[in-house]
Amino acid sequence: MANLASNFIGIKSPNPFWLASAPPTDKAYNVERAFEAGWGGVVWKTLGSEGPPVVNVSGPRYGAIWGADRRLLGLNNIELITDRPLQINLDEIKAVKRKWRDRAMVISLMVPCDEESWKDILHRIEDTEADGVELNFGCPHGMAERGMGSAVGQVPEYIEMVTRWVKKHSRMPCIVKLTPNINDIRKPAEAAHAGGADAVSLINTINSITSVNLDSFAPEPMIDGKGTHGGYCGPAVKPIALNMVAEIARNPATRNLPISGIGGVTTWRDAAEFLALGAGNVQVCTAAMTYGFKIVSEMISGLSEYLDDKGMDLSDLVGRATPNVTDWQFLNLNYVTKAVINQDDCIKCGRCFAACEDTSHQAIAMSADRTFTVKDEECVACNLCVNVCPVQDCITMVEVPKGGVDQRTGRKVGEYANWTMHPNNPSVTAAE
Amino acid sequence: MPNSPQTPGIVAQRLPSERVAQNFAAYQPAYAAHEARVAADRCYFCHDAPCMTACPTAIDIPLFIRQIATGTPDAAAKTIFAQNIMGGMCARVCPTETLCEEVCVREVAEGKPVEIGRLQRYATDSLMAKGVHPFTRAANTGKRVAVVGAGPAGLACAHRLALHGHAVTVYDRRPKAGGLNEYGIAAYKSTDDFAAREVEWLLKIGGITIETGKDLGRDMTLASLDAAFDAVFLGIGLGGVNALGLVGEDLAGVANAVDFIATLRQADDKAALEVGRDVVVIGGGMTAVDAAVQAKLLGAQTVTMVYRRGKEKMSASVYEQEHATACGVTIVYGAAPVKILGASKVEGVEFAYESGETFTQRADQVFKAIGQTLVGEPIARDGKKLSSRVGKVWAGGDCAAGGEDLTVTAVAQGRDAAEEIHSVLTGAVR
Repeated sequence: MANLASNFIGIKSPNPFWLASAPPTDKAYNVERAFEAGWGGVVWKTLGSEGPPVVNVSGPRYGAIWGADRRLLGLNNIELITDRPLQINLDEIKAVKRKWRDRAMVISLMVPCDEESWKDILHRIEDTEADGVELNFGCPHGMAERGMGSAVGQVPEYIEMVTRWVKKHSRMPCIVKLTPNINDIRKPAEAAHAGGADAVSLINTINSITSVNLDSFAPEPMIDGKGTHGGYCGPAVKPIALNMVAEIARNPATRNLPISGIGGVTTWRDAAEFLALGAGNVQVCTAAMTYGFKIVSEMISGLSEYLDDKGMDLSDLVGRATPNVTDWQFLNLNYVTKAVINQDDCIKCGRCFAACEDTSHQAIAMSADRTFTVKDEECVACNLCVNVCPVQDCITMVEVPKGGVDQRTGRKVGEYANWTMHPNNPSVTAAE
Repeated sequence: MPNSPQTPGIVAQRLPSERVAQNFAAYQPAYAAHEARVAADRCYFCHDAPCMTACPTAIDIPLFIRQIATGTPDAAAKTIFAQNIMGGMCARVCPTETLCEEVCVREVAEGKPVEIGRLQRYATDSLMAKGVHPFTRAANTGKRVAVVGAGPAGLACAHRLALHGHAVTVYDRRPKAGGLNEYGIAAYKSTDDFAAREVEWLLKIGGITIETGKDLGRDMTLASLDAAFDAVFLGIGLGGVNALGLVGEDLAGVANAVDFIATLRQADDKAALEVGRDVVVIGGGMTAVDAAVQAKLLGAQTVTMVYRRGKEKMSASVYEQEHATACGVTIVYGAAPVKILGASKVEGVEFAYESGETFTQRADQVFKAIGQTLVGEPIARDGKKLSSRVGKVWAGGDCAAGGEDLTVTAVAQGRDAAEEIHSVLTGAVR
């Protein structure tokens, strides 16, 4: 079984699966249960300044979207940072860390945007023996209205400034947690890097309304007839998170900045994908909130089996796919594929036909006996038929080899050539 | 000592009433809302869907299933009823395993079709439970149509005619409307008086008068109807039962399966019905299966269905055959009855295999189910059945030529005849 031991910016854990700063990590009881279940580490639920704790709503704080069998696909929340007194959290963090020395214990922090506030909270947590801090510049609801969370994360200058303060007043490793509610994720990552952050973690939740109650005409979750945007997470956000991780991993300015990947990690495969795009570890929340802490057993066994099958160490996987993420303009325009329908696997539902005929390129023919075949002379290889086919691998994209003829264009398949070299590109200057 | 399955002869109360009631209620429970949505999600919304083609009434099945999946079962019901006003009964009695579900791509691919019949029941039950009728009758046209037979064909025809604004009088020889839905469907497939409730719901369209206890040939003639109405529709079913033509057929204990089934349907306490200890059913169709299964549900100790040809020739579907055997019925294939044995009452039946080898099956009750025939006054025939139209007389359902003898086929033929009658009455065609 592959060794999953992880060393993320000097913070060691028996596996790369951490619980993200969130409801599951709000107190010792939960965190100890998580460690007993096998989680490699936790980021303790965000602490605020000393003083009266924040107050949460006493109505529903989560909303969700589901698949047909109530499979939870996306969750949002309007919960704030910890609403328990600071000292209780600090005492529990210390006690748990002492009991679980081999697990990673990182503390998430969110205090007002002034140096004194940060200096004070860093001083207070020093005694906990935690392994590091994570700066919550991500939460998009509630606290952002008070100038914290994503209100900081949306201004790169603030990120850099606060990160600098943290590095100045603490020797702890510092992870900056980024909000996805921004145009270009590279800018806040660069700012964190410039401020001296040891790593970034992303994504935090996405501003969202999960549904609208069509009887009371208000968003869900609804509090006394009103609703507000909450932070969206769970399987539905994974594609967004993967892209943002990749953008940072391949950006020359942040190429070597460690990343803790977050966003819809539900299975070992999700985790492996984040790692392959450059994340050094992953953080999980919604999957644990949906199924309980036991899911980490599947993540551990699945990732181990995968690494064993590939003959790879964990470190071999990290960033393995990053070099293959590129800009559109560098994609090979002379790479030609055609859809091929395996007639033995085809169940004749006709979804490929409906999709192609109604919404694409009229490249699938349907016979009277419901045999579906691809018209190579029309197929642009868009992949829609593959995606709507209910039978996995029934329709595949087969490459037309170099020198072969693309029946659609009548042209021979040539050598690699991208948009920057294409005659239709007005920016291409004649090579004379 | 109370009666039991072992008690000799034909007796009642072989099982306690509660047990019999349970036996007759246990078949195919209705979906709960969540189950229905999960089942609906399995539908692939096929292009030019094979299920829809296979349905004799051409219900837009992918559409109604999608309407269930999106939480609008009443809209799904309207989709169904627009094509098949008896979609509720068809959801219960259609041999879906040989129609829509047989060609469902998921049946072909995985051997597990989308459960179209149960989904249809979920949708139709949902709307019917509200007591609302989804269609509004057009303005009265002043045209009058007679429908003979208040079975699925007749009622489907009457409903569609009424929808178009014609005034319809439906005659039926039995005391209740519904035809085979009321008298011919196995009791465990149509519980809670569904057939009668469906008729009542269907009549909410208005413009339909039902006259029961009126027999064609006795109380009126085709000529009198022809004279009194603008058009006539015959949905008279198959009133006769084929005889075996064997020695002993008139012994006590030998009966027609259709009569047994009809009696069962009308009985409130089914345990009070008499049934033999050793029951033999002769035949291989749905009627034979329904009689055999229900004899078993009443507590007969042995029930043996004997069919003269092979399993693959049997008109009852494989699903029905398996249901019968699961209920404890033994099916013997390839054996024809030679004679019925007994002195004053039936004691057994002698059968012969195709090889000539004979055997005797012990029996104290024998049900004949070797098919039904058209009876009644001479009407234009197409082979053994009625022509679908002669002049201003139309025919549909089991009595008419074309299609299988199924409820759903009867509904389709009644509906289509109504459309044709409407076209003629409005002068669109002749």
